[in-house]
Amino acid sequence: MAKRESSSKDLGTRNDQAVELTRSEAQSELLRELVAHLRQNRNQLREEWVGRISETRLLTAMTKEEIFAEATSVYDSYVEALETETFEALQAYARNLSERIIPRGVETHEVVGIVLLLRDVLARSLFAKYQTDFKKLNRILDAYEPAANRIANTVAVGFVQERERVIRQQQEAIRELSTPVLQVRERLLILPIIGVIDPQRARQLTEQLLRGIRTNRAKVVVIDITGVAAMDVTVANHLVQTVEASRLLGATVIVTGLSPEIAQTLVTIGVDLGKMNTVGDLQGGIEQAERLLGYKVVTLAEPR
Amino acid sequence: MEVPILKQGAVLIATFQAALSDADLNHLRRGLVQQVVKHRSRGVIVDVTAMDVMDSFASRTLREIAHMIRLRGAETVIVGIQPEVAFAMVQLGLTLEGVATALDLEEGLAYLIQKFKSVE
Amino acid sequence: MAINSDQDIVAARQSGRALAAELGFSATDSTLIATAISELARNIVSYARKGEITVKTIPGSSRQGILVIASDDGPGIPDVLQAMRDGFSTSGSLGLGLPGVRRLMDEFQIASQPGRGTTVTVKKWKQ
Repeated sequence: MAKRESSSKDLGTRNDQAVELTRSEAQSELLRELVAHLRQNRNQLREEWVGRISETRLLTAMTKEEIFAEATSVYDSYVEALETETFEALQAYARNLSERIIPRGVETHEVVGIVLLLRDVLARSLFAKYQTDFKKLNRILDAYEPAANRIANTVAVGFVQERERVIRQQQEAIRELSTPVLQVRERLLILPIIGVIDPQRARQLTEQLLRGIRTNRAKVVVIDITGVAAMDVTVANHLVQTVEASRLLGATVIVTGLSPEIAQTLVTIGVDLGKMNTVGDLQGGIEQAERLLGYKVVTLAEPR
Repeated sequence: MEVPILKQGAVLIATFQAALSDADLNHLRRGLVQQVVKHRSRGVIVDVTAMDVMDSFASRTLREIAHMIRLRGAETVIVGIQPEVAFAMVQLGLTLEGVATALDLEEGLAYLIQKFKSVE
Repeated sequence: MAINSDQDIVAARQSGRALAAELGFSATDSTLIATAISELARNIVSYARKGEITVKTIPGSSRQGILVIASDDGPGIPDVLQAMRDGFSTSGSLGLGLPGVRRLMDEFQIASQPGRGTTVTVKKWKQ
């Protein structure tokens, strides 16, 4: 746009440069005229836009007053972006708006929809204003359309990015919840695993457990896999690695709730179940853990 | 790079630094075994808290140290393996099988004292 | 970076860890990368005596990642498939080198010609 064209001067001759400058000057002039028009007719155009929004049944999760307030802000940011040709403020506003409306269930198509509606309302008003001067109308639209499209893009991308951020955050939270490392008593951690384990979750589980061992100074860990229906070879390998890594940190692992099928998988990949500490159920596992902890010497006598 | 070996009663404590070369590790292995013989130590703690990488050579050296020290009638315990390092080690298949491990120096000492008691 | 001695192994893995940290890799992934570099550099020293390790960011990708290339003009590996099997070793070491490195990293490529040398290329993507 205006700025970009005036900075591309070193490509052309002096004359071209002069022409370029005039053209971009003219374009800026048009944008100024456009902005003035949008400011003058702000109330009417905003009304019209809000009317179109409710007609099209967009933003149904929001009240009329809310829609009107947001529409006012969007309208003003929109005009400001056209005037300054900078999109940062609009981007920040779009993100802020998304943050507020995503929890209320506003969908991507609604946000894109309202911005496109605004574009249409404004374009119609330009048609009405310049209908007698077709040439001028064309030039005005040349200036308006790219900016309007860029605005629509900015708002839509802002919304989608915010949505993705929220989704990532939720995934993170679900993952944290799905692998709780519980300290049931001093030096004893319990890791109940429930549901489907894929390699990614298995890895996260291991990392979380190892960190938990260190921060809680755990000596015994009970991994309960009663809630794990099936385990493929990759995940079974992860389980074995978790047991080994825990031992490297000085903690003993007791595995409970091993189903016959999973036991079979472990044997298939060459795990010596005799070397692995397995106990039938969680209760038994905790009892054995406590016995192991009971052997611990608490007093630190001076070695001779 | 010198690895400091501290004598604490019947126990020797060797503290590894991060950037130990293979030559340093070999040097340390010889030094530790000599010191065990010289001081008639009953236990050795190898503190690897500072080591940010434990590859196959370092891991094998630790096993050899533990083995040679056992042949001289003393116990070895490796302490301070970091969670990330432990994770990388098991991916490589390095599990220090047959070597005692403990969380840190304090736990390592507690382990050795327990061992000494059970012998007496 | 030239790999000629066991000192260079330490330097190579330190530079790998530094780059990983700079790119914002997690502590665990940085450790996995440094360990893989250590193993690759060790292979060079023990089988080829000298070679080279390059550690850099993966170019031309929207995802961030680290690329490690370990190359030497050593004797090469006669049977690559066999070398990639767990438990295989010709130098009497633990023999977990290459399959282990493959597990530490996300992508693994090996090209070796007997008498000509070996090049191992591995990648790790940022999570």
